[in-house]
Amino acid sequence: MNEAILIAILVTVVGAATPILLAGLGELVVEKAGVLNLGVEGMMLVGAVTGFAVTTMTGATFIGIVAAGLAGAGASMIFGFLTLTLTANQVATGLALTIFGVGLSSLIGAGFVGQTVTVLGPLFPPALAEHEHLRILFGYDPVVYFSFAMTLVVAWFLRRTRAGLILRAVGENDASAHSIGYSVIGVRYMAVAFGGAMAGIGGCYYSLFLTPMWAERLTAGRGWIALALVVFAAWKPMRLLAGAYLFGVVMTLELHAKAAGFEYVPPEFLAAMPYLATIVVLALISLRKSVGAQAPACLGKPFKPST
Amino acid sequence: MSDGTTRRLDLKGITKAFPGVLANDDVSFSVAPGEIHALLGENGAGKSTLVKMIYGIMQPDAGEIRFDGELVHVASPKAARAMGVGMVFQHFSLFEPMTVLENIALGLDEAISYADLEARIREVLETYQLSLDPHRTVATLSVGERQRIEIVRALLLEPRLLIMDEPTSVLTPQEVAQLFDTLRALAARGCSILYISHKLHEIVELCHSATILRGGRVVAECDPRAESSRSMAEMMIGGALKEIEKAADRSFGVERFIVGGLSLEADDAFGTSLKDISFSVRAGEIFGVAGVAGNGQNELMLALSGERPVESAGAINIDGNPVGTLNAEKRRRFGLCAVPEERNGHGAVPGFSLSDNAILTARTRKNMVRLGVIDAGVAESYTNEVIGGFAVKTTGAKAPASSLSGGNLQKFIMGREIMQAPDVLVVSQPTWGVDAGAAAAIHQELVDLAARGSAIVVISQDLDELMAISDTMAVMNEGKLSRTLAVGEASVDEIGLLMGGVHGDPDATADYAGATHAA
Amino acid sequence: MRLELVKRKQPSRAMLYLTPVFSVLLTMVVGATIFSLLGYDGPGAVWNIFFVPALDPNKWQDLGIKAAPLILIAIGLSVGFRANVWNIGAEGQYVIGGLAGTGVALATWQMEGWWILPLMCLAGVAGGMLYAAIPAFLKTKLNVNEILTSLMLTYVSVQLLYYLMRGPWKDPEGFNFPQSRMFTDSQMLPEIGNTFVHYGVPIAFLVALLAWFILSKTVFGFEIRVVGAAPNAARYGGFNRTRTIWTSLLAAGGLAGFAGILEAAGPYGQMVPQFPTGYGFTAIIVAFLGRLHPVGIMLAAIILAISYVGGEIAQSSIGLPNAASGLFQAMMLFFLLATDILVNYRVRFSGVRSGGAA
Repeated sequence: MNEAILIAILVTVVGAATPILLAGLGELVVEKAGVLNLGVEGMMLVGAVTGFAVTTMTGATFIGIVAAGLAGAGASMIFGFLTLTLTANQVATGLALTIFGVGLSSLIGAGFVGQTVTVLGPLFPPALAEHEHLRILFGYDPVVYFSFAMTLVVAWFLRRTRAGLILRAVGENDASAHSIGYSVIGVRYMAVAFGGAMAGIGGCYYSLFLTPMWAERLTAGRGWIALALVVFAAWKPMRLLAGAYLFGVVMTLELHAKAAGFEYVPPEFLAAMPYLATIVVLALISLRKSVGAQAPACLGKPFKPST
Repeated sequence: MSDGTTRRLDLKGITKAFPGVLANDDVSFSVAPGEIHALLGENGAGKSTLVKMIYGIMQPDAGEIRFDGELVHVASPKAARAMGVGMVFQHFSLFEPMTVLENIALGLDEAISYADLEARIREVLETYQLSLDPHRTVATLSVGERQRIEIVRALLLEPRLLIMDEPTSVLTPQEVAQLFDTLRALAARGCSILYISHKLHEIVELCHSATILRGGRVVAECDPRAESSRSMAEMMIGGALKEIEKAADRSFGVERFIVGGLSLEADDAFGTSLKDISFSVRAGEIFGVAGVAGNGQNELMLALSGERPVESAGAINIDGNPVGTLNAEKRRRFGLCAVPEERNGHGAVPGFSLSDNAILTARTRKNMVRLGVIDAGVAESYTNEVIGGFAVKTTGAKAPASSLSGGNLQKFIMGREIMQAPDVLVVSQPTWGVDAGAAAAIHQELVDLAARGSAIVVISQDLDELMAISDTMAVMNEGKLSRTLAVGEASVDEIGLLMGGVHGDPDATADYAGATHAA
Repeated sequence: MRLELVKRKQPSRAMLYLTPVFSVLLTMVVGATIFSLLGYDGPGAVWNIFFVPALDPNKWQDLGIKAAPLILIAIGLSVGFRANVWNIGAEGQYVIGGLAGTGVALATWQMEGWWILPLMCLAGVAGGMLYAAIPAFLKTKLNVNEILTSLMLTYVSVQLLYYLMRGPWKDPEGFNFPQSRMFTDSQMLPEIGNTFVHYGVPIAFLVALLAWFILSKTVFGFEIRVVGAAPNAARYGGFNRTRTIWTSLLAAGGLAGFAGILEAAGPYGQMVPQFPTGYGFTAIIVAFLGRLHPVGIMLAAIILAISYVGGEIAQSSIGLPNAASGLFQAMMLFFLLATDILVNYRVRFSGVRSGGAA
């Protein structure tokens, strides 16, 4: 294989990894605050359709991305209101959000089927972005660099800032955080909104960069893979980055298998690979005894302060 | 500002109602600077609600709070801390996977660098001669050390009023002595202390004044140094203390419950493994297991009740039958019943009716099941027997367990097990969170069951309780059980040392041991 | 004036039954508003989706046919949900059940006999159970979250379906269309009388009644409830959580697989790539809306069947997009979860709180 093929493969891997990295980072912060939002897939779809619709209407991809983030955050607020204010079951509400997101995005997207948008080019100037070798580093669109930057920001926020310390405290022991005087519900609302925004941006990466067009259910379960990634990463941002790229490789096997001459493998098997790989990875990491201890202690438990 | 007569804290007419309960009814009292003031009362008397209002977690419905003479509205714990009020909770507000330093930082309202914070922590530790490593993870610390985090966290704010909520319930006698030294040093520097407890001998030893609450009202104020434990107890419960009736000439029969070489791995990272535990209990005997929480009592309870079967069948024997590998249901067939420490979600299912809760553990011994189908009628009539036999206050067998008060639910659970006439009964913290009346009734039922020839194991952190009802006892420390002592022979100091003395600080333990022996 | 939630001393039974009704009514009102805002005929949408199918006797047979798989799958899911086992991969178990039964059909296509159809059903049940056994094994042996594994397996099952339809199981006489042979008469579920309702429909209702008896009267049903409500109490009562996880997942998988083969041998009469239509996910809504109670599930399944049939009607009559009924279904679940709080809390209107200090 020559360098051109390697770079082509790398580009597809980066493309596959970026949206699940973004959505995963959002969910990681949500879970660190003690909330399990299973609606990632639904929020991604809402983001995907909103980003696409706004971009076609305004012609500006940047505005589309921002709108996707806002739409994801908005969808997450339904979840937030139900689970945080009304203390509804988080698992059921997350599922409902996904079902809702599938329906809403299909409804909004019905008018945009068949349209297409111009894909935003690389962030860096052509001298770097189209350089024979340097394009490995500089040849990607702005969202890719945004996902790297956000990985560092989330890692720094959780590890080094006081707000991150409080967020972790809320996820570890909501009752204690409340008795010290922190607003558990307030912190969780902000985390859920952040998770929604990141899922929305991750979702619009499909409709604005990868396909680039709108199709029903175009995220194809990637939101669930992002959820699995958070477990895989043991709630650590840098490990999430590694995991996203590992999955990026698995998800693009279908494309590369043909190039590599594996014609006799049924394409359906390759299409099933990311899902099978998720199961295998989840099984492997749970062999480590400590994985349960790494989950935020209040994950998924409703909190109702007594007045 | 302070002219010597200004009270540090002055409460007038504090009233707080919850649906169906008046938790505080026109409560007034005051605390002077440098005074250690006891707030005394049974569970449910309204102590916790009152201090939560002083600390800003709740707001009173009526009444006023004055701090250093100023009328204040304590909107939040943050406002309380800004004012100079610190609080150490009974249930610690700690975050297990985080370090001591991070935990303390969370308790402060201003952001300060870890380096500065650490320096200030070391200063406080030095001043009050406490030992604590700021970089340890909380999960690895003993209960006494965890409490020290809370104390340091409060002291860093240089409080003028420190609220201590039931601080000694989880400490060894030696740790209690050390805590009292710290509190006296603090009071000597002018800090007032509001000390909440129901342990009367401690109050006699430590406090300068006391306010006694009953049913949400102030029923007495007194100088504990001029009172006896008994007189304060009677003010607290509003009647004469009932003595346990125990036959003086009781004798023990054959060994009915024999545990030999019982070992069990902890099933999670924060648990304690059991190491080679052996003891036996005779017919008619109450065997007490003392120890500070977290030394393997939970694991012992699970192993004895069958919730965690062990690998060796012979490690646990009921009347000569090896039952170690059997689960809780199968052990019940051999005559072993159990009552766990936690009522809600363990001893009973809160959302289930009492009748369903009877099915939970009595279905086999009371023939409630035929061919896999439950006979609801049999379950209900047994439930009614338990309600009648143990004077459980409830609307009936169909009432959900969550509608019962803690004491009534505990009576129901104890009744449900005792009325199955177990040959062996294992109970953990039988009177935890229960008022004195219910506690006395439960103690009497245990003594009576023993008198009918059952072998009973009582696991409790309350040394007074074990001294009162058990015939023999042993102490758990770090997953090991001490030799069996006859109650009456063992001194509190000796038991305290078996409990691990001053946890996490071997020097202090040695010092203390040396000091007591020298004295 | 402000709204305040006050905890009830005990959960309200009335609210337990009323909130599903509230949520359906709220869905109609809010749905009509949203669709009006989106430029559709909102009231018309609600009328077509919720009332036309219920009021038109010609549609009743269709409702029964749509309700049957929902009932079977939701009954199975409700067992798990009661025990806090979150199998959300019923869609996959349904597909595998359909495929397993189809496998038997293809192996027996030149044979005749009364035994073929029962064998297909058995294969369907076994297929669904085997597929649900994967998350059960991973959960009990390795403590892997069953939510993620069961869902991932759904995507895998769909790929397996595509593979079989395009490859080995493609009808050799089917003009290269990716679908299986048509089932023979011995392989099809007969229809009742002169209706087009297949026997799977009454079977589904019978299964629901049987489930009601088991869940409410037997020790097994009690065990499921205790494990879900309080795992520690369950262990104390002598119940085994591992066994409960296995039985609840196998029950769910078996019933979903059964639903799958009844669909294949009933309405479809063959296996096609369009076989997974989302019953496995809609059944989650049915289970919750039915309060995890078999009788409630039967009613909820009929309501959801109405919304399916009504969605099709609205599509042709007022041009509502296909996605509309899905949106209505999701809204029902949202409103149910939102109004759930009324079971344990009551709403009180109160004046401005009096502070402690002036």
